Amino acid sequence: MNQFSYVRPASQKAAIDAIFRDNTARFIAGGTNLLDLMKNGVTAPEKLVDINRLPLKDIRFSNNILHLGATTINSEVAAHPLVKTHFPLLSQALLAGASQQLRNMATTGGNMMQRTRCSYFYDITMPCNKRSPGTGCGAIGGINRMHAIFGASDQCIAVHPSDMCIALAALDATVIVAGPKGGRRIPFADFHRLPGNTPEKDNNLGKGELITGVEIPANPFTRHVYYLKVRDRASYAFALVSVAAALDISGSTIRQARLALGGVAHKPWRLYEAEKMLTGKAPTEENFRIAATVATRSAATFQHNAFKVPMAQNSIITALSKAAAI
Amino acid sequence: MKQPAVGQSMDRVDGRLKVTGAARYFADHQLEGMLYAALVCSPVSSGRIAAIDAREALRAPGVTDVISHLNAPPVPGYKQETPNPKQGLKIFHDDRIYSNGQPVAIVVANTLERAVHAASLVKVTYNQETHATDLYANLDKAFQNKSMKDYLRGEPDAWKKAPVTVEAEYNIPLEVHNPMELAGITAHWETPDKLVLYAKTQGVKSVQQTLKNLFQLPEQNIVVHSLFVGGAFGMALRVWPMEVAAIIAAKKVRKPVKLVIGRKDMFTLVGYRPAAMQKIGIGATADGKLTGITHEAVAVTSPYEDFTEAIVGMSKFMYACPNVNTHYQLVPLNLSTPVWMRGPGEATGSFALESAIDELSYKLKMDPLQFRVINHADTDPEKNLPFSSKYLKEAYEMGAEKIGWKNRTMEPRQLQEDGWLVGYGMSSGVFSAGRGKATASAIFGADGTLTIRSAAADIGPGTATAMVQIAADATGIAPAKIRFLLGESEYPEAPRQGGSSTVSTVGSAVSDVCKLLLQKLGEMAAESMPAFKDVKPADIGYEDGQLIVTGKPAIRAGFREVLQHRQQPELQVTATSQGGEERRKYSMYSFSVHFAKVHVHPATGVVRIKHVVSVADSGTIVNAKTAGSQMIGGVVGGIGMALTEEALIDHRFGRFVNNNYADYHVPVHADTPPTDVLFINKKDPVINPMGSKGMGEIALIGFAAAVSNAVFNATGTRVRDLPITPDKLLPNVKG
Repeated sequence: MNQFSYVRPASQKAAIDAIFRDNTARFIAGGTNLLDLMKNGVTAPEKLVDINRLPLKDIRFSNNILHLGATTINSEVAAHPLVKTHFPLLSQALLAGASQQLRNMATTGGNMMQRTRCSYFYDITMPCNKRSPGTGCGAIGGINRMHAIFGASDQCIAVHPSDMCIALAALDATVIVAGPKGGRRIPFADFHRLPGNTPEKDNNLGKGELITGVEIPANPFTRHVYYLKVRDRASYAFALVSVAAALDISGSTIRQARLALGGVAHKPWRLYEAEKMLTGKAPTEENFRIAATVATRSAATFQHNAFKVPMAQNSIITALSKAAAI
Repeated sequence: MKQPAVGQSMDRVDGRLKVTGAARYFADHQLEGMLYAALVCSPVSSGRIAAIDAREALRAPGVTDVISHLNAPPVPGYKQETPNPKQGLKIFHDDRIYSNGQPVAIVVANTLERAVHAASLVKVTYNQETHATDLYANLDKAFQNKSMKDYLRGEPDAWKKAPVTVEAEYNIPLEVHNPMELAGITAHWETPDKLVLYAKTQGVKSVQQTLKNLFQLPEQNIVVHSLFVGGAFGMALRVWPMEVAAIIAAKKVRKPVKLVIGRKDMFTLVGYRPAAMQKIGIGATADGKLTGITHEAVAVTSPYEDFTEAIVGMSKFMYACPNVNTHYQLVPLNLSTPVWMRGPGEATGSFALESAIDELSYKLKMDPLQFRVINHADTDPEKNLPFSSKYLKEAYEMGAEKIGWKNRTMEPRQLQEDGWLVGYGMSSGVFSAGRGKATASAIFGADGTLTIRSAAADIGPGTATAMVQIAADATGIAPAKIRFLLGESEYPEAPRQGGSSTVSTVGSAVSDVCKLLLQKLGEMAAESMPAFKDVKPADIGYEDGQLIVTGKPAIRAGFREVLQHRQQPELQVTATSQGGEERRKYSMYSFSVHFAKVHVHPATGVVRIKHVVSVADSGTIVNAKTAGSQMIGGVVGGIGMALTEEALIDHRFGRFVNNNYADYHVPVHADTPPTDVLFINKKDPVINPMGSKGMGEIALIGFAAAVSNAVFNATGTRVRDLPITPDKLLPNVKG
């Protein structure tokens, strides 16, 4: 790890200035990912700008919108009565991630900023276009059991590691950002990026921009939700495939469906077509099976991850069935 | 008569120290003027070091030195003649790189952080050569060395002629030692020819012996301290090159140097369970009598050492089978040398044998438990000797009852609970019950305390606790008055803690030294105490901390009285103990039986172990609490072997890709089900004074097969390549 300086600005503006003026500076909140990256030499910021003391810790529900401050911690959000009552899918997804110790440190904003867990990204002796553009992708032709089946490029096949973000994608959250030129709102689907030719960019934040919070509009998905995470051990493992499923069922008809996958793409993978297909249909296993087929049409696999297609299909059916309680 | 201490679930004598953090592990020792070391390791897997540029590292703050083959002080024990490729890795001796992660330099600085950072500044260039790390792509390099003899009983490959047969290939991946405590050492040359070490080791004496030869020092000039070890499982059975690196560094900088390696280095510097490919051919008559077993294995080793273990051992004697042949080979790859990992080779071999037995039972349409009972070996078919004790059939019955084996269906996929498929599986395990040679000293003080010393180790099972219990029964002295001290090279000789033999070996020495102590006390009483004037020493016995005399109940004396009478502050005796002729007359083994009930999710392939029952036939149980914990630990290791553990190498680079706790999956609590441990707890009449056989290894041996067999029972899918991850159980998918 390199030597670095550490500042704790008193205001949001000072924090943003500190980052904007210094290309090698990074915000730090829980640090559960950044410290690993620094210890491995993946990133070497010369300055850390600690935002933990900024007033970004609120959890409130007003005007039919849930607002989560950027430095609210994952365990607190997961256990919050407002979240458990109105957004149970988010609570389930949070609890599926990491370990209790990590959730006690990790923040809402930091969780969105997590970098991929691709082994080649973490090992600085290996090629990786995301870490060192132009060096090649180690995972293509390497060990890629954990890698993407959707939206990958010939530059990068890494996946986004968060569970929380899969639920936020399904729930149409909005990321609230402050920056040197003022604030802006980024729809969650537009926050993370696909790798394309710039895999070094995980998201669409601009220089000096700080996530201050996330908003989730009230929704009818309070009862028929399920977050399914399939992994290699029962806890503290990244998803092979995860599914965020939310249904609004009236009588025997699905009025609305939300469906997103984790562990399969460079960003939370929302399944709009499958959602559309389910709308107006009955919540039956047969319809869920059709939705799963629709959902995986565009999948493309690599040497070790072909299993993710049937696993995703089966997981979608299982998660929808659990959500619908059929 | 008091209740014997052996058999009690006594609390660990060092439990309080451990839970309060007062127990000091090797890395906890702070020495005056101590410096910190970090390794620079090779990112190439084969070749030569072309150049090392340490200038930037040496300029970094706090850095004392950067040591490599270019400037290391010579190690006198490294042989200078033509290098024999099988002489082990001589660290910092020359420019050769044999494996990825091999240390090429060590940086010494005044803080750990500065050492680690400076290590990243050392620029090493390499002349890379082609490497090979894939077992399956290099099977053509398989060889046998002189110690690896083929075994044949009866007719070779007789299984092929049997009416019912199974032929299958079983694969286990490379598994890595990942105890919580990292490896390393603190080295201090107190004088140019006196070396003091704080080590993580399973045997302080063996460290002393290795370094005595390497640095050509008198034995007493090497002092090794290892009072507590935070898990070892075999990885601390030898001195590793990285430890020699720290000793070399301490010599060069003339200060104490502490090295604690990183988690990723645990994959490359402290051995591992070698990946192995095994083939079993097995045949039986239609009524289930085994007629032949052929067991072949090929396992990984390093370019510079041949590591062998008993992979095919169990197949030779576990079942009464007239025809058995085995064949075992090694493939040298550009990896570091493997080492024993709990259960060692038997854990690998039992996965193949006990899976094949299960597969054959399905072909026979016979309960696999019944099949094993039919083929029970009443005597050892390999050695042609009776077993010293064997209660395996009882163990099968006890375990079957506890797990609810009667609920199992012969046909797979018949049971469901909450939408999950349910399966039951079982297996057996076996490991040699050893007894080596050990010495213990005992000091009985006039204050009534007994202190016993032996250079044994405690890597977790509770060695001192067991020894106190054994000494309490051997003397009648209360456990609270007894201390057992271990982990110091200056203590009387004891072997390494490995191969499930500490209770048998060191416990026997404790038992013998206690007997000798009482004998001496009796002699002293007969010699000097008036009441004992006409008593023959041979008639003196003891009871509850007192000397008594056969046939003369009125004559007694407390142990302390004997010393007090002579105004002697203490009595010290030393005894060496080892087995005798019995090992030629009996075959000695511990046995285990594992039962597992599993759930398999039919859509996602996720396996959850719901209940485990493990039964141990390991003779007298000295402490049911620590023994139970040891068995549960073995089960957890077995769950890792069965379901989660696999070190992945990208063969293009020869480099591990999941070398951290997040990606190399050891089981977490949520993977660990309720586990019932049952003990036969019947004394072995032959092996040692306590009648205790070993149990560290049998806790794990066979376990992976029990899980795999249960998964087959649940799903009808036979997974022969560990670990059983969800992808291998998805319908219609090739793994």
